[in-house]
Amino acid sequence: MQEIPINTVTSANVVLELIYRLKIKDVMSTALITATKETTMREIQQIMRQERITGLPIVMGKRLIGLVSMDDIIQALDKGYIEEKAQDHMSSNLIILEDDMPISFAINYFDRYRYHRFPVLNKDKELVGMITNRDITNALLIEINREVEELEKRSHRVEGGIISEEMYTYYIMQNDFENAGHASTEIKKRLKSASIAPQIVRRAAIASYELEMNMVVHSTGGRLIAKYDANELTITAADSGPGIEDVDAALEAGYSTASEWIRSLGFGAGMGLPNVQSVADAFDITSSPKGTTVTVTITLASGEENDNER
Amino acid sequence: MNVEELTTVKEFEALYIADKDQIIADGYCGDLLSDVMANAPASCVLMTIQAHKNTIAVASLVGISALVICNGRTVAPDMLEAAREEEISLFTTDLNHFEAAAKVLALLGGGDAGTR
Repeated sequence: MQEIPINTVTSANVVLELIYRLKIKDVMSTALITATKETTMREIQQIMRQERITGLPIVMGKRLIGLVSMDDIIQALDKGYIEEKAQDHMSSNLIILEDDMPISFAINYFDRYRYHRFPVLNKDKELVGMITNRDITNALLIEINREVEELEKRSHRVEGGIISEEMYTYYIMQNDFENAGHASTEIKKRLKSASIAPQIVRRAAIASYELEMNMVVHSTGGRLIAKYDANELTITAADSGPGIEDVDAALEAGYSTASEWIRSLGFGAGMGLPNVQSVADAFDITSSPKGTTVTVTITLASGEENDNER
Repeated sequence: MNVEELTTVKEFEALYIADKDQIIADGYCGDLLSDVMANAPASCVLMTIQAHKNTIAVASLVGISALVICNGRTVAPDMLEAAREEEISLFTTDLNHFEAAAKVLALLGGGDAGTR
């Protein structure tokens, strides 16, 4: 049984599965920088400095015959043979890994041997890559991130009914009719998956859609932020300008500054903000030339029988 | 009534049927999408001339079952595509809102005002 620094019995399956599933060839660097046995130690030292590496494999064709490490270079400088060829001073008693071993082997080797890198050979004993601790860390981070995302997605689906402290930000672009409605659709879906009563979902959809449309039609762009907690949904629409000249008028039904074109699409009838206000449990608006922020709160559990099914 | 019954109106041309058994409980006419949002009942059929994909977004958000695009307006291809994505049945007709609504009302069993 090889040793790895986590407990193989009680550790999370995801991580264990990863270090057995990922192969060394998935992780190693394949951009190889090599030297031959004729290369001098001085030249190798220069390559190491240029390439910022601390060890260089010595090859004959594709066959690995040795390795010169920083330590070997220091020895060469110290003992005065830095101008001599690699063949006489390289380390040739090498510990290697094979490319289709799982990375658990590499983790174990790094633990056991204290080298900073291992050469990787394929089945035909050809040098195909080098592996460092950094390669493993990076690959694991990427993979763990992917796995966790997957798990999060799954747990959202399973939880369904429970909403707690979630926040999503949607970016709204000026005149982007193409994607208008995306944020509202997402909000609606989230509420539906939490089994919120249809009347409340509809109010949230109306508020978010009107706010989204307002930003598309009137602003230079902005963000729509949906914040959920157990009792309420807070929708904040914050744009970057140019602001509403007369906020009181904008809250009156029928007041509109929209262009003919916008009106021909069925928007801009001066009903947006009044609609939002009428569906909101709490409504707040501030506006200046630097931007308008509208905050709407919708109470999610207002006795409209939404949790008697569970 | 259900979506399938709308296909029996000979002036309506079905572009997309999401679910022929879907219930239609009511109707609404409107071209102002904000008004539609605020007032259209859920599970209704909407008579409108707004033949673009934002209408689909509105329909989906408030739970409209089907759309009838009136006055022979041409449906944009991306609207049809959006209808498929959101599963909202889509019809066109050369009738105007009033005439189309009369047909729908007859199917709904209404007609108190003598529209039958």
